[in-house]
Amino acid sequence: MSALVFIAWSIAALTGIALLAAVAGRDIRASAPVYGACLAVSAAACIAALAALPAGPVALHLPLGLPGIGTDLRLDALSAAFLVIVDLGAAAASLYAIGYGAHEPAPGRVLPFYPAFLAAMNLVVIAGDAYSFLFGWEAMSLASWALVMAHHREEANARAGYIYLVMASFGTLALLLGFGLLAQGAGGFDFAAIAAAHPTAGTASVVLLLVLIGAGSKAGLAPLHVWLPLAHPAAPSHVSALMSGVMTKVAIYGFIRIAFDLLGPALWWWSMPVLVAGALTAALGVLHALMERDLKRLLAYSTIENIGIIFLALGLALAFRANAMPAAAALALTAALFHAFNHMLFKSVLFFGAGAVLGATGERDIERLGGLIHRMPVSSACFLLASVAIAALPPLNGFASEWLAFQAIFVSPALPQWGLKLLVPAAGTLLALAAALVAACFVRAFGILYLGRPRTAAAEGAHETDRFSLAAMIILSALCVAAGLFPGVVIDALAPAVRLLTGGAMPVQGRSAWHTITPMAGASGSYNGLMIGLFVALVTFGSAALIHALAGRRTRRSRPWDCGYPNPAATAQYTAASLSQPIRRVFAAIVLRSREVVDMPAPGTLRAASVTKTIHDPAWDAIFAPLTAAVGRVAGRLNQFQFLTIGQYLGLIFALLVLLLIVVGVMP
Amino acid sequence: MHSLTFDIAHMLSGGLVLASFLMLYQDRLPSLINMLALQAAVLGLSVGWQAIAQDAPHLWITAALAIGFKAIAIPMALRRIIVKLDIHREIETVGGIGRTMLAGIALVALALQVVLPVTSASDALAREDIALALSVVLLGMLMMVTRRNAVSQIIGFMSLENGIILAATGARGMPLVVEISVAFSVLIAFIVVGIFLFRIRERFDTVDVTALDRLRGDGT
Repeated sequence: MSALVFIAWSIAALTGIALLAAVAGRDIRASAPVYGACLAVSAAACIAALAALPAGPVALHLPLGLPGIGTDLRLDALSAAFLVIVDLGAAAASLYAIGYGAHEPAPGRVLPFYPAFLAAMNLVVIAGDAYSFLFGWEAMSLASWALVMAHHREEANARAGYIYLVMASFGTLALLLGFGLLAQGAGGFDFAAIAAAHPTAGTASVVLLLVLIGAGSKAGLAPLHVWLPLAHPAAPSHVSALMSGVMTKVAIYGFIRIAFDLLGPALWWWSMPVLVAGALTAALGVLHALMERDLKRLLAYSTIENIGIIFLALGLALAFRANAMPAAAALALTAALFHAFNHMLFKSVLFFGAGAVLGATGERDIERLGGLIHRMPVSSACFLLASVAIAALPPLNGFASEWLAFQAIFVSPALPQWGLKLLVPAAGTLLALAAALVAACFVRAFGILYLGRPRTAAAEGAHETDRFSLAAMIILSALCVAAGLFPGVVIDALAPAVRLLTGGAMPVQGRSAWHTITPMAGASGSYNGLMIGLFVALVTFGSAALIHALAGRRTRRSRPWDCGYPNPAATAQYTAASLSQPIRRVFAAIVLRSREVVDMPAPGTLRAASVTKTIHDPAWDAIFAPLTAAVGRVAGRLNQFQFLTIGQYLGLIFALLVLLLIVVGVMP
Repeated sequence: MHSLTFDIAHMLSGGLVLASFLMLYQDRLPSLINMLALQAAVLGLSVGWQAIAQDAPHLWITAALAIGFKAIAIPMALRRIIVKLDIHREIETVGGIGRTMLAGIALVALALQVVLPVTSASDALAREDIALALSVVLLGMLMMVTRRNAVSQIIGFMSLENGIILAATGARGMPLVVEISVAFSVLIAFIVVGIFLFRIRERFDTVDVTALDRLRGDGT
């Protein structure tokens, strides 16, 4: 049985689980079996996909779906790479949910949709024709929408679900139009036929922009990201992890599949909108994340930032490919795919950690937490590891992929177009800024959440989460470390997918001594995660041992230095807002129009003083607010059409008929 | 096809359009009904001629239906209705007959402009037939739009339907069942609308359709 058939069967199995869960899902006792079955299927599918990575493309035609057309499935190296991401993330989330889902207040609203969500994501990645691709895409949107609406009685969740549904429909519409244009030239919806028929440059450019909008809105590309920080946190935490870690990757798969595979040869300027959107997304996402005090929303904004990094690398790959620089294109595309994989790993851990905190304390507001490292030692260690990874510190995996992205940026002066020569370094600067801000962001998140002393009774009474959740977090954290120490293994595994799309590949890393990775043949820079890891470990443990040896092993507890302010209350600690204040004043004052209003009562009044901080999302202010207002105005105008007389209705129909006839008559 | 066949078919179809214009001009209901009967009679003749020209005996049934129902039965019933409603002496206020006629001429031109280029592949008889049929349909709609009296609107609808029959018979190979079903649907529409007319009259003491808007209570 080929891997593709196996994946098709696992989709069928997940659908079956979803149907069973729809019957039995109201009972909380169904939770563990459902998630356990999802775990088994996803893990098996992940292994099958890993095995299929080096294999050539296989296709499968199923007589399901539209009569006469059926469903085409296809598994090539790119699909396999993303299948690994999807199914590894799904398996980890299912493992986590065996424990986490046991406390679900409304299991009937989660259990049926969870397997359906997994099945839909698998289907998108192995779809071999536009129809099944869009079907899977829409099923994915609807299932995740249902999961976002699981706790629909909360006002904010209902709003998030509504905005998500609107944006998802809009994105699908853009993709539908794109596929329509492609299929028109190819004479069919089959991917093989579309890839064989090269569209004209004009059509291809329009399709590229449509796909950037369609897939970008799903992935969270600015300025279409506004739904993401609302919808992702609204779902139960394991679903948030899936949406942030996996579903955004499926969107990226959609973009890569169309932009790199189906559209044929690239024009050089295609990279420009992708680069600009990617760089702006990265900077905007992390700035928002820094201002956020809701833990899950912070993570969702951080997802936006990472999507920006991935799109930036994809833009670079497009630019290099259009200029026939296969080695550089392979480097950039590897960076994008590697970062997609990494982001799945650490963002899942972070959301799992947020879910553990939420389960233990019932709080998502980091200002009301603190000191959890003593109460949740294992999950805090995993969260710390994932934070270090997402902050791109060596020797973890985030550094490896971002290093590759920067290496690709350093090749950009070799590009012939002046527009790109100037744009890429600017985008790279934004990326560097974003990388630094991410570090600040996660210092803030981890520090406020886990260090210090508990700020509320809820944080005081926290306890470590269950075994299954911890197992999922530990496994993914271990993978983060492994991918960071041995990035060459991942790069080599991705090579078939990269070769398929760019025609080139990075140098084979497996043979290099001590697992050093080299970005391109003859490049001066190289990176060795293992060496740095060993060095960091040596320095850390060595100095710890040295200090203990010289200073004695006795643990001494004393009061910390209190800056001369002898108020021992927990609220006197450093807060998240105070940590981000300098950055808010420097960057967010312009970009996010952050404002502070200090309300200081006059001397003698007993009223409390207050500081009100406001921030605005520029995308919301510049695009969505005017758009909704315009739609509202148009709808208000059209509303009159409900109250016409019979004669006016007849007249309208008549006028329209005459107008159409005139159009037919005038057009040859 | 010899040209006499074509000429006669053309003349009869043109007669239908002419009858439509005559209807647009009438502002008294009895004469309007007479014009509808005249149009239906011309339709019957036209369909009968098509039966000869296309050598399609089933069209004779259509022709008989057109003359029997639409030239005789429906006009008689309409006359009874307007006598019962006591509106047979009223003069309808039709705003701007001249403008309506000009609009009608424009519509005929539009219909010819639309149909003739599109159907250039088919034979001349069908082409002219369909072009004129579309004109009759458009003129019937124009009638429905410009009149405020419910009876006039029904007559406009009947005239529109005549255009549809003309188009259906002009095209070769249209099965009889289509024509019969169209004829019966019109008959049923006529009955339903006739009942409604009396109900409207009972409630509002007029058959001016603007009165219907009061029914919705949105204050127009």
